[in-house]
Amino acid sequence: MSVEAREARQPWILLSPALSAVGLLLFVPLGFILVYSFWLRTASGADQVGFYLDNWRAALSDPFYRDILLNTLKIAAITTGICALMGYPAAYFIARARGNKAILLLLLMLPFWISYIIRTMSWINILGVSGALNSAMLWLGIVDTPVQMLYNEPSVILGLVHFLLPFMILNVFVSLEGIDTNLEAAANSLGATRWQSFVQVTLPLSLPGLAAGGLLCFVLGAGTYITPMVLGGPSNAMFANLVYEAIITQLNWPLGSALSLMLLAVLGALVLIYNRYLGMAQLMKGLG
Amino acid sequence: MSSVKLTNIVKRFGTFTAVHRTSLEIPEGAFVTLLGPSGCGKTTTLRMIAGLLDPSEGEIGIGGKRMNDVPIHKRNLGLVFQNYALFPHKTVAENVAFGLKYRDVSKADIARRVNDALDLVQLPQVGDRYPKALSGGQQQRIALARAIVIEPDVLLLDEPLSALDANLREDMRVELKRIQDRIGVTTVFVTHDQSEALAMSDQIVVMSDGRVEQVGPPEEVYNTPASEFVANFLGASNILSARCTERTGDSVVLEVPLFGRLAIPVAKAPNLTREGPAKLVLRAEKLHVAPRGRPADGVVSIDATIETVDYQGQAVRYFLRVGDTQLQAINMIDERPFAEGAEIALHVRPQDCAALPEG
Repeated sequence: MSVEAREARQPWILLSPALSAVGLLLFVPLGFILVYSFWLRTASGADQVGFYLDNWRAALSDPFYRDILLNTLKIAAITTGICALMGYPAAYFIARARGNKAILLLLLMLPFWISYIIRTMSWINILGVSGALNSAMLWLGIVDTPVQMLYNEPSVILGLVHFLLPFMILNVFVSLEGIDTNLEAAANSLGATRWQSFVQVTLPLSLPGLAAGGLLCFVLGAGTYITPMVLGGPSNAMFANLVYEAIITQLNWPLGSALSLMLLAVLGALVLIYNRYLGMAQLMKGLG
Repeated sequence: MSSVKLTNIVKRFGTFTAVHRTSLEIPEGAFVTLLGPSGCGKTTTLRMIAGLLDPSEGEIGIGGKRMNDVPIHKRNLGLVFQNYALFPHKTVAENVAFGLKYRDVSKADIARRVNDALDLVQLPQVGDRYPKALSGGQQQRIALARAIVIEPDVLLLDEPLSALDANLREDMRVELKRIQDRIGVTTVFVTHDQSEALAMSDQIVVMSDGRVEQVGPPEEVYNTPASEFVANFLGASNILSARCTERTGDSVVLEVPLFGRLAIPVAKAPNLTREGPAKLVLRAEKLHVAPRGRPADGVVSIDATIETVDYQGQAVRYFLRVGDTQLQAINMIDERPFAEGAEIALHVRPQDCAALPEG
């Protein structure tokens, strides 16, 4: 075999373990799901094998699904915005901290040691009718009867922010870490105040991190079903709850498959649009 | 353009003292180099002048005004870093124009001054490009243009040539000096490279371990080092234990084990005020390797053996052995150097030696 042929093969050999894992664990199951989505669930409870468009017709035409999809995207967008506003200052603080960065990062990772479900349920003990906040307010005499703070949209968003904030902070932190601190010093020496040099230099250079963190928060937020299930009320269902409902509760795998592919398509399209118009690649180019 | 005055400044980081009590005056328009090995406090001193660090004690004055409490963005300084620190998301022209946006300069004037600055650094065509598209040397020229376009009171250069490769570094050295001469701005230059310091400076401030070892024009620092550290740091020196036996009006007599009695001009031993133990400083390029034979008048000669020859083209460095002592000599050569193992004579003129007090 020629040297060129060997060199051309090398990347594929090195990639093959990862490619086979992705292929077997992601694309093959996705293929099954796609096939399932064209089957039909009959009244008897058995799946009828074939090529039926009924599930897709229902998923695409029923305003019930459309409204929940739009609501899901709205909640994910609000959550992402809050994460960006809360996460950027925190990331900036960690990136500029002297000495104890490792401890701050450890504190940031600490919540991941506890199950996401447990972390979500912890809000019940804080905000619930007999939770910490209500007990404190009753004791202080601020309210006479407990206030219901859970099972609404804000509590779902709160839970999502709690879950997603570390992802935002880490992404922004990494991009801030990559910015030479001399750049701000140079801007200051040229007459820019600290705020001006932040706006002119640091913020634009950290946008790729903010964009990556934002995308991650949005996609993870839009795909979750645990948070709305634990902290949301009946009217706060998100799209993934519908999939859960169809597959686990109703055992309607074909419909659940169609719905999950629909969510995948919408989020995939958003990622592509995001890449194209927010120009992450373009931003990266400037950084060489 | 302004003078810079440091009065009793000290910089401590926790329990570590980076700069011990130092006072320094830099006259208007001067090119002053802070020279020393890494960790000597030179960059810390520069960053205090810039306002990037606050001195723990003492006063920093620029143009006769106390600057301690003036934030960096109001000091009107030009700052150039070793790693260029150009804004990667802005074009070259936007980089150079950056400082002008914070001054009352009209748009037309900004464009004109940016062009003038790019002309001055001989890169008039690159305004639309991004820094990453330029070579290291070009990026450093842009960084210089960005710093001088605001007409700073003081230009602060933090090892600006260190990231460039050797040939480019020498070109940039000449270029930088030309630009500084032309605009006449007071310049503080930080480097660990002695040849840069010697070539460019009006005054050299040699620093070691957070202390100033010597301040003086290049020739003085080079020819009459004030300490063993300076003698070793600038060029190659042989330092021999000696004994000062006599001081007359214009010369100092040293007893040196290898060379016997040497009478050195007082000007070459300004700090040697007492008789007793002393150090003789013999510059490697003042030691001449010659065939054995009668030396000329006024030349001290000893016999030596060549151990190693380090051939460098127009010059050669010899490592020589005299008894138990190893010496080095750097000589210009016309043709071929002496061979290793050759038995030769070593010539030195007493007026080329310098002397320091012991310790």
